Amino acid sequence: MSAESISVQTEDPKVNYLNVKHGIKSWLLTMDHKRIAILYLWAIMVMFLFGGVLAMLMRLELLGPGADFMKARTYNELFTLHGAIMIFMFIIPSVPAILGNFALPLEIGARDVAFPRLNLASWYLYMTGSILAVWAILHGSVDTGWTFYTPYSTKTSGAVILMVFAIFILGFSSIFTGLNFIATIHKLRAPGMTWYKMPLFVWGLYATAIIQVLATPVLGITLVLLILERAFGIGIFDPSMGGDPVLFQHFFWFYSHPAVYIMILPGMGIISELVATFSHRKIFGYKAIAFSSVAIAFLSFGVWGHHMFVSGQSQYATMIFSFLTFLVAIPSGIKMFNWVSTMYKGAITFETPMLFTLSFFFTFAIGGLTGIFLGATAVDVHVTDTYFVVAHFHYVMMGGTIMAFFGGIYYWWPKIWGRMYNEIWGKMSAMLIFLGFNLTFFPMFIMGSQGMPRRYFTYPAKYQIYHVMSTVGSWVLALGLVIMAVVLIYAIKWGPKAGKNPWGALTLEWMIDSPPPPHNFEKVPKVEYGPYDHDKILVKPDKVGVGV
Amino acid sequence: MAEQPGFLQHHFSDVRQQQETAKLGMWIFLLTEILLFGGLFAFYTFYRAWHPEMFYNAHEHLNVVIGTANTLVLIASSVTVALAINAIQHGRRKQTMLFLATTITLAGVFLVLKGIEYAEHFRLGQYPGKFYSYTGVEGTNPHIFFSVYYTMTGLHGIHVLVGMCVLSWMLYRTWRNHFSAEYYTPIELTGLYWHLVDIIWIFLFPLLYLVG
Repeated sequence: MSAESISVQTEDPKVNYLNVKHGIKSWLLTMDHKRIAILYLWAIMVMFLFGGVLAMLMRLELLGPGADFMKARTYNELFTLHGAIMIFMFIIPSVPAILGNFALPLEIGARDVAFPRLNLASWYLYMTGSILAVWAILHGSVDTGWTFYTPYSTKTSGAVILMVFAIFILGFSSIFTGLNFIATIHKLRAPGMTWYKMPLFVWGLYATAIIQVLATPVLGITLVLLILERAFGIGIFDPSMGGDPVLFQHFFWFYSHPAVYIMILPGMGIISELVATFSHRKIFGYKAIAFSSVAIAFLSFGVWGHHMFVSGQSQYATMIFSFLTFLVAIPSGIKMFNWVSTMYKGAITFETPMLFTLSFFFTFAIGGLTGIFLGATAVDVHVTDTYFVVAHFHYVMMGGTIMAFFGGIYYWWPKIWGRMYNEIWGKMSAMLIFLGFNLTFFPMFIMGSQGMPRRYFTYPAKYQIYHVMSTVGSWVLALGLVIMAVVLIYAIKWGPKAGKNPWGALTLEWMIDSPPPPHNFEKVPKVEYGPYDHDKILVKPDKVGVGV
Repeated sequence: MAEQPGFLQHHFSDVRQQQETAKLGMWIFLLTEILLFGGLFAFYTFYRAWHPEMFYNAHEHLNVVIGTANTLVLIASSVTVALAINAIQHGRRKQTMLFLATTITLAGVFLVLKGIEYAEHFRLGQYPGKFYSYTGVEGTNPHIFFSVYYTMTGLHGIHVLVGMCVLSWMLYRTWRNHFSAEYYTPIELTGLYWHLVDIIWIFLFPLLYLVG
């Protein structure tokens, strides 16, 4: 972009990144991080809808014991597709690729991410991988579960190779996003934006990017070996040929356990922003929160063995992995206590993003604490492969990351589109999602502790009461999600105009117009105060729909 | 603003920042490459510890002469790519093109030699995994060694091939006058990548050919 075109665009204050250019080509070839964020937004939300519908179908099948309306193989394909979509195509990219892409350069006062072309390329990789993966399952009926455990994944019929290749491509999309973010954070901060003046969302993304870059290549090579195993029978995962199937599990979890921190860390970053903004108080323990993110990132590499307590690893390994797993609880606990301390004596207001934040505290606390149960070897052996694990995982992922993601979506929505959503309906959706979520997943803890195994399409009649509760909960949850979708989409077109700063937040993205101008900052900002200095600076939130 | 050179992208404040960012990005990418191969080295370690005698017996069937020659070829190509960067830093376009072309040729020589090796293995039936039919190696499951060997050298070979493509692209861009003593970052980054490809071979060669 030449210097002249920048000055032309910024002369007219009404020009923003949404209306600066029109047409499908201006979107598909865009290098603007904000537009790429929106490309990701639609693509990822379509995948979320798809994965959600599959979950609803599974819950419907589980309403009664026995085969109701699908065969066992169909059910196996459904949970494979649900898991793969939600993990690889929804949660992993959700926060970094949508909200990170949009907010990261704005929050550090940069005009774009470090490598805009790579950013667009990673979106195309995402699209290619997603389409291939969905096609592989729908057409090639993969039923391995999202973990692709050998030897089943090398023996079963179905398009496993295509599916695994798709995940390999998605991995590169994730690596490139992480690489871009690390370079952006290191090199593109505005003058005065020191490391300790960075918003905590940026710290969260930084820790995430470290894991994306360090762990994902290992998944890549594991998947390549799985493809070779299936295509050429190289035998390294096949015990009859001198190979070791447990080795696959080690390599798979060496990525996939850190991957759950790829999912949760950016969510924790969002929560840090929201809790300070809506408590109108300086964040408590900034450095503790920032470094606990980095600590989680590093500890995450030492805990993969806790997925394999019953897979036949040595007892010493199990003891060490159990101990390291308990260690991860410390930085997570540090964060929780700091967030709660931030709220203490704050002037808390309960807008929709704050409701999601409070939901996060509640559900993530349950998810995190049950994680400690599972890290204890004796308990884990009892509940391995039961609904207890399913419930724990969904409390951390859906109750943690997705609650934070939804809160973040509501929070940045006025900045993204320049329009405000309807607060009453927004709150309604938040409450329905919270209720529906707990009703869906809490019964799973109970039936899991009583021995209900996961991944079965049928069950003994004594579990039916819990399954019925769970299925009804999934309807409430779905209703909440539909309302949320309507509220947000309605706001894009018909919402009242939002000012620069509808929340009274202090981070840089709220100092510029909504929606932001094409190059974010007309002049590179000079940062003089911290992102949460609510004790020093009083910002009045802009009145929505007035004077803009 | 008017004095900014054409190669400076809008979101950087100066050339230095752009160059440093690009280099950092490349180093991070190289890190991911090391981890990609790191997985394979871990597999190598694991299976070598599991079948030490078979690994020793099998490695004697690799052609150390060609392996050594290939090592020298790759080290030479590392020198020429470094000379290419040095040449463009001084604005010597023709010399840059010459060195880049030499590097590409050496990479081609490497792949041809590797192909000759593969062909010899295939002739003897030393295929990977379940296609393995050779009987001259003592020990259990000798196909595992060849599976590891083909995966490691194969992935490395793909990297050499990609390197050749990128080097050719750099050659084309140098010919089209895209680079100068002020702006040569893409060639420098290609050089970094090429050195990594060489270094990986420098680890593969002793592990596979010499110590088995």
